[in-house]
Amino acid sequence: MDFPEALSCPLPILSHDTVQLAHGAGGKLSNEMIDKIFLPRFLNNTLEKMEDQAILDNPGGRIAFSTDTFVVDPIFFPGGDIGDLAINGTVNDIAMSGAEPKYLSVGFILEEGLPFDTLHRIVLSMEKAAKLAGIQIVAGDTKVVNRGSCDKLFINTSGFGFVPDNVHISASNLIAGDKIILSGTLADHGMAVMTTREGLSFQSTVESDTAGLNHLVKDMLNVSPEIHAMRDPTRGGLATSLNEFAGSSNVGIQLYGDTIPVKENVRGACEILGIDPLYVANEGKLVAIVPEDIADDMLAAMKNNTHGKDAVIIGEVTDKHPGVVALKTGLGANRIVDMPVGEQLPRIC
Amino acid sequence: MKYLDEFRDPVIAKKILNEIHAATTQPWVIMEICGGQTHSIIRNGIDQVLPDEIELVHGPGCPVCVTPLEIIDRAIAIASRPDVIFTSFGDMLRVPGSHKDLFMVRSEGGDVRTVFSPLESLKIARENPEKEVVFFAVGFETTAPGNAMAVAQAAKEGLSNFSELVSHVLVPPAMEALLSSPANRVQGYLAAGHVCTVMGWDEYDPIAKKYQVPIVITGFEPMDVLDGILHTVKQLEAGTHEVENRYARIVEQGGNQPAQNLIKDVYEIANRKWRGIGEIPVSGFKIHSKYAAFDAELKFSVGDIHTEEPEACISGVILQGLKKPHDCPAFGKECTPQNPLGATMVSSEGACAAYYKYQRVLND
Repeated sequence: MDFPEALSCPLPILSHDTVQLAHGAGGKLSNEMIDKIFLPRFLNNTLEKMEDQAILDNPGGRIAFSTDTFVVDPIFFPGGDIGDLAINGTVNDIAMSGAEPKYLSVGFILEEGLPFDTLHRIVLSMEKAAKLAGIQIVAGDTKVVNRGSCDKLFINTSGFGFVPDNVHISASNLIAGDKIILSGTLADHGMAVMTTREGLSFQSTVESDTAGLNHLVKDMLNVSPEIHAMRDPTRGGLATSLNEFAGSSNVGIQLYGDTIPVKENVRGACEILGIDPLYVANEGKLVAIVPEDIADDMLAAMKNNTHGKDAVIIGEVTDKHPGVVALKTGLGANRIVDMPVGEQLPRIC
Repeated sequence: MKYLDEFRDPVIAKKILNEIHAATTQPWVIMEICGGQTHSIIRNGIDQVLPDEIELVHGPGCPVCVTPLEIIDRAIAIASRPDVIFTSFGDMLRVPGSHKDLFMVRSEGGDVRTVFSPLESLKIARENPEKEVVFFAVGFETTAPGNAMAVAQAAKEGLSNFSELVSHVLVPPAMEALLSSPANRVQGYLAAGHVCTVMGWDEYDPIAKKYQVPIVITGFEPMDVLDGILHTVKQLEAGTHEVENRYARIVEQGGNQPAQNLIKDVYEIANRKWRGIGEIPVSGFKIHSKYAAFDAELKFSVGDIHTEEPEACISGVILQGLKKPHDCPAFGKECTPQNPLGATMVSSEGACAAYYKYQRVLND
């Protein structure tokens, strides 16, 4: 794996190579870790005041607030790591409301013995993701737990942004005739993580799609604020997001089966493991439900953004079969795309 | 994707479908043996587009479904031991035993791990010499060679901390058991392509002759399945009953000889219980006596765990093709994938789970 940022920004000189319990005790070692690992990477006017809280300007209007906790194993995977995932995950959850993500807090739970080199690489990747998204990290916390009490490190991010007055996005807004736009290929993140996990012995070229989508959302809102619903289909995949839409709005969703894009290598990994890409996590994709009359313009705007270049209309909202997502197969049959029960399990044969 | 897209081409598939419609003049009951075929049929909606005269019944070829409850209970007993690392293919972990499943064993502190190959279990055994590593060897003839290889390799390396809990079943005895049942409705079989890849098809000739049923060796992609149905219908309409290989890109008459030799060396034929069907004579494998040291049932003395199946579940008659999932009063009500009463609802290849997932309430 290639980590050019880590090479161009070497690990600062510290008194220990690995995280000690004392690094979480609030004394000199805590300060050393904050001053050398976190502050230089996350610094901004608010954070540098080092108060117990961030005091932020309030421009008025509605706030979109979200939190998410990241425990992914492995912490490094092709295309990303737990750090950029933690930034992008909360950025995207905020952005799916149409809000511009502005501020984040970051909480770390570190396992005693975690190499500082590892932590540093992750913090660098968080810095990069935050800069790309244009979001400021204004509050932070670090705890160190005994070896075995957590797995290397867990990260919580919480954040908020401001929702434009004319934007009202909700899972309960779907109406028959709306078009369903997917911003790109499915299942990249989930299969990248699954094929990297210990135990899978085939060589994989699948890369995670982890990315902040707030700029894509901004481009979409510039076309029209009339986006009815929007989600980033993470855990549970596209099938889960669409079932939630269908349930919240009590409408049916009809997918055009052949239109859903999946990269060739991702499909291969899914075929080998017997996994359906509709149920696999994505970390840099969104699905938007928009009125039919603006669907083509919306699609064109999305295609002009890096994170939407493979965008495609994959289906429509219908008043038939309320609450149910259905997919037309190549043979012209129509099958249900249900909510997953638990995590998908690779099949025996 | 090479070797996949060609066999999913909707234009060619529709052509075969038209041929099936043209060839069918009267009602026929055809059973697909393999759970992978059931999955493909339901996922692609093949049963929705066939002529009304053709009824597909879903056979017993889902290894997760036919593994008897008492074997699951034995697995849970072994996996709960503190000295054991229990390894299994993923989809066995959610199959309910009498009181819990292997996931619950894990949450209670048991070391239960998903592997993608029994050879990974061997690796775990090498790396954990202080632990007993057990692999849950489940499946049909398809998975038997790999599972046999793990035992042979362990013996060669002298890995005394490795063993297998074996619940291997064989397709031909089950086909015969179904045909010889007085309630049998099956008139033609789609034989399981991957089983034949290993075993060839010589075993099927006597069955086709004795019961006068066409047996068409069939693959798993939509075009494979449609092609298998077409050739079964053609034989039924013509009154013939041959074994026909329609999966020739993979299956040869003699099968895979080295794989068969390995199976014969490590396993021996045994009577086996099938969940929902009951005991079928000479219908499975157990570990050969010369490899008894690698038999987890002996090693952990769990052979005396016996469990009866719950009465409410009709998975037995579904596996035999006598009823469809929605004929069951519990289907979709008391029995769902979240809370399965029987194993046909647990595995995604089980007929009940496939119906639940893809066809529950669609009316348009």
